[in-house]
Amino acid sequence: MRIAKTFLALAALSLAAAWLLGPKPVMADGELDKIKQNGVLRVAVFSDKPPFGFVDENGDNKGYDVYLARRLAEDLLGDQTKVEFVLVEAASRMEILEADKADVVLANFTVTAERAERVDFARPYMKVALGVSSPQGAPITSVDQLAGKRLIVNKGTTADSYFTKNHPEVELIKYDQNTEAFNALRDGRGVGLAHDNTLLFAWVRENPGFVTGIEFLGDLDTIAPAVKKGNAELLGWLNEEIDKLTEESFFKADYEATLLPVYGESVDPLSVIITKE
Amino acid sequence: MLDSAISIFAAGRNMARLMEGLWITLRISMISVSLSVLIGVPLGLLMASKYKSLRKALRVYLEFIRIMPILVLLFLFYYSLSSVFGINLPATMVSVLVFTLWGTAEMADLVRGAVTSLPRHQWESGRAIGLRETQLNAFVIVPQAVRRLLPGVINLTTRMIKTTPFVFFINIPDLVKVAQQIVEVAGMRNHLASVWVYGFIFFVFFLICYPISLFSRHLENVWQN
Repeated sequence: MRIAKTFLALAALSLAAAWLLGPKPVMADGELDKIKQNGVLRVAVFSDKPPFGFVDENGDNKGYDVYLARRLAEDLLGDQTKVEFVLVEAASRMEILEADKADVVLANFTVTAERAERVDFARPYMKVALGVSSPQGAPITSVDQLAGKRLIVNKGTTADSYFTKNHPEVELIKYDQNTEAFNALRDGRGVGLAHDNTLLFAWVRENPGFVTGIEFLGDLDTIAPAVKKGNAELLGWLNEEIDKLTEESFFKADYEATLLPVYGESVDPLSVIITKE
Repeated sequence: MLDSAISIFAAGRNMARLMEGLWITLRISMISVSLSVLIGVPLGLLMASKYKSLRKALRVYLEFIRIMPILVLLFLFYYSLSSVFGINLPATMVSVLVFTLWGTAEMADLVRGAVTSLPRHQWESGRAIGLRETQLNAFVIVPQAVRRLLPGVINLTTRMIKTTPFVFFINIPDLVKVAQQIVEVAGMRNHLASVWVYGFIFFVFFLICYPISLFSRHLENVWQN
């Protein structure tokens, strides 16, 4: 009995100690100073979603988002190598900010009203709509064809929420990873795969036998950097930075360096990147 | 056919990256397994002890860990602990912590099972020859329990090694995540990429887990004689 009580008391005590001694949540003020003090900008990027964020065969982070991340580090800290890539999964892009594991998310993050309640989005740097890819032999060219059929989506993506909300008649099969989702399409586990058209354009070009029968679906959405809710200072800096980069046609250079080799000439760059009016 | 495999593994640092991923997987599971044994054995003895409320408390801990999916525990300690309490633990520490919490619970239950499965007269005889509780545990109960324990511990070890890839959900690039990165890049052009890379992983896990079971079979044989 006595041991039991001591044990419980100790457990309670250590929990209390951990709570008291642990670092408190950092307030948003001085966020820029904090990053400068750390000397490194922590950017959450994808590690397996070419051509936006991936790791190449030499173990280097590459892609459209990564290209931008390096530029942000250069403009904020004066050195494009002063960036720490936190490899993120699609489903934890908001948690990673809330838990202060990264300063900025640059992970092909589509702006939605729901997400904007939990994180703050800066100005967009890309445009995107949904698309549906399917085998060339049985192409899906309209949503009507999908009624009662199985459609492959990635958990937590815009494709997932769009079909759940607007087309309950479509049976969704959900995967965590792009790899799994695309393999499922190859294996014929669904009649089609819904994802961001920007990703589908790239995939279909490398995979003969598949077409993107629906190229634009739902609203034309934008992709933007995200920061922790209430982090006004960093958000303000990002907004100015994106404006400046748009002004100097940085995103065109980014497109040509990372997306053009994958999309080829068939995709109009203006349907993907944001340019000055 | 074989060319497509070679082109993946020989490209750049792919093989080295897989090995680095494997090392992360192994390091996390080895540390967690060792800690689980170190903490789980005394806890298991306590679970088989006569202190009723202590037994109950440990029971609650065990059931809690068993009910919670590992993934939920990982998220809880990696994200929630930081966003709610501001305790920002590094991902590797979180994974060792979670796997140790799980391993300890399972280990303690294995020890409890092994100890309580020993016939009552082992205790009675020990006491009859005047052994104190600690001596009784050290010289009579534990040595016999260890032999009954072994199959379960080996099973737990291989299970923990196989579950480690979950750590990629808290952004650790372990073997399976690295494989996925490689498949995503190579798979754009090479349709067999996933077959080769995941096949390789199957082979690696087999190479790691099989010797462990062989070793346990060997020990069982030795102890039987």
